[in-house]
Amino acid sequence: MSLSPEHAHSLNAQPPGLGTDAAHKAYQVVGLRFHYHSKSREDATWVLDGLTFDVDAGEILGIVGPNGSGKTSLLKLLAKVLRPHAGDMALFGRDLGTMSQVEVARTVAFVPQESPQVFSFTVMETVLMGRYPHHHGAGWSAGFGWESAEDVSIAEQAMQSTDLTHLAGRSVMDLSGGERQRCMIARALAQAPQVLLLDEPTAFLDIQHQIEICAIVRRLKEERGLTVVLVSHDLNLASQYCDRILMLKAGALFCLGPPHDVIDADVLRAVYGCDVLIDRHPESGVPRVTMPSYISTKNGRGHL
Amino acid sequence: MAPLVVVSVALLLICLQFGTQWIGLTQIIDIVGQALREGTVESEHIGTTGVILIQVRLPRVLLGFLVGACLASVGVVLQALLRNPLADPYVLGVSSGAALGVALAILLGVGTTVVAFSVLPLCGFAGGLLSLVVVYRMAVSYGRLPIHALLLAGVILNAIFSAMIMFVTSIMEPNRSVGTMTWLMGTLTAPSYPTLAILACYLLGGLFLLLKQARRLNVLTLGEESARSLGIDTEHVKRVIYVLSALITGAVVSVSGMIGFVGMVIPHAVRFLLGADHRLLLPASACIGGMYLVIADTLARTLLTPTEIPVGIVTALAGGPFFIYLLVWRKDRFA
Repeated sequence: MSLSPEHAHSLNAQPPGLGTDAAHKAYQVVGLRFHYHSKSREDATWVLDGLTFDVDAGEILGIVGPNGSGKTSLLKLLAKVLRPHAGDMALFGRDLGTMSQVEVARTVAFVPQESPQVFSFTVMETVLMGRYPHHHGAGWSAGFGWESAEDVSIAEQAMQSTDLTHLAGRSVMDLSGGERQRCMIARALAQAPQVLLLDEPTAFLDIQHQIEICAIVRRLKEERGLTVVLVSHDLNLASQYCDRILMLKAGALFCLGPPHDVIDADVLRAVYGCDVLIDRHPESGVPRVTMPSYISTKNGRGHL
Repeated sequence: MAPLVVVSVALLLICLQFGTQWIGLTQIIDIVGQALREGTVESEHIGTTGVILIQVRLPRVLLGFLVGACLASVGVVLQALLRNPLADPYVLGVSSGAALGVALAILLGVGTTVVAFSVLPLCGFAGGLLSLVVVYRMAVSYGRLPIHALLLAGVILNAIFSAMIMFVTSIMEPNRSVGTMTWLMGTLTAPSYPTLAILACYLLGGLFLLLKQARRLNVLTLGEESARSLGIDTEHVKRVIYVLSALITGAVVSVSGMIGFVGMVIPHAVRFLLGADHRLLLPASACIGGMYLVIADTLARTLLTPTEIPVGIVTALAGGPFFIYLLVWRKDRFA
């Protein structure tokens, strides 16, 4: 099932914030367009061009697509880290454009792909930074105030959810890649969000830590009812852990649906321009992508 | 924090004792008390020792503490803002602007008169303000203030202004150029009390405003995108921090020259001792930076009496080895 962007648009076109099911939608995105700054307006190439889709509350949505297809930009737009040039976005029925950055931060937590650490904050201190949006009161308390006992207990809970309690006093600079990623997720959880946005949460992690992060994400969805939107290059991971997958191609929505619709040989050929083998996961039966042992070359098919 | 403040005050009193003439602690307390009671610092009331203490040594020590506190605080803040542990107050380019202002003033002869004592810093401050605006205009793009552009603009302006300072110094009369060089190395001279009071209000006000950004600075070290996703208006915070840092640095350089190393070493040392949380790091660095400069200045005043060593030399000579120690032996915790 490969929907053209226009087709997808017609399926989902409805004004944000007005639908009766607005409360059940974490995000309603209509006609989203975005480009980065360039010298002249004419030069601007659209990174995202006319995206329309919904994110259901409580689902795990995977965003996949080739390099440069706009996955990360889309995630940053959902976090309001970037501002769109056109289109409407609603967060639980409220217009994202008119919400303040702090209001968004109380609902949405964003974990970027890399969080390089320059200074040796402890894990606890880093997780507590997630409480910042809940302290936005008068200038002095927001700028200098110390965290309350409540903040500390929320942070401890977040560290428990990500199995970090034993590392609370450790400097973030001494953590391994997997521990650091968990620390960043714990920091996001300390925001007490309803939506968690993850950019390549398993990049650079070994298989054990990949499974660990995925298990945490799955558990958070089930226990806290979190809505999770994650960007990944790993189609198998997306297939196995996401409720729905959004496939981007060159800044446009190519198709959106459950894994068995999106992870399809025809779709992948159309998007990535290469042939892959698709079979079923032995346990769950979701589609599984395997690189072929024969690769197509200009001179026909040869052994890899 | 309270222990640090107590230690700072104690240290100021101890350092007041040293100088060409030894003044005991009890005598210091007597004289200061008397001056406060009578509300005057004239020599007929407090005697020669009193004049040395009240008109020369005390303002100089207070100025030293203030300058050290500002340099260390601005160093902390800029290291966090630029996410670069090598940053110090002089990377912004404002310092060399201020230095050029002073060098030009000396070249044009403003500095030879007694009245000029208060004019020289004003010329420096004007130079600092000018480079603040120039660096900002160079760095800003599409209404944003990219950190790397800010850093590059500062470094480039520093290079240009340093060349101009050298040129200006090279065409001066020899005695003036020696004076300029000494000033550039960083020296503390006793200011008059009105000057000191204005400076103190200005600098302490600036430090207070920086302190208000402490928690945002913590979050900013996560990276700008993370900070924005946590609800921080990063562009606003960056602008506030840049302007405050530049205003403080410009004023400090105008009154004391380019005192090196305090702004880079003290933040590292304090972060090493107390952790990276700016709500503690910033005030603690201010206290320790102030103490460090007061000690360095006491050494500069007394080591080669009656001659004085420029205090910038002492801070670098004492700070350099400490930095090497951190780098070589404490690599594991050095950040």
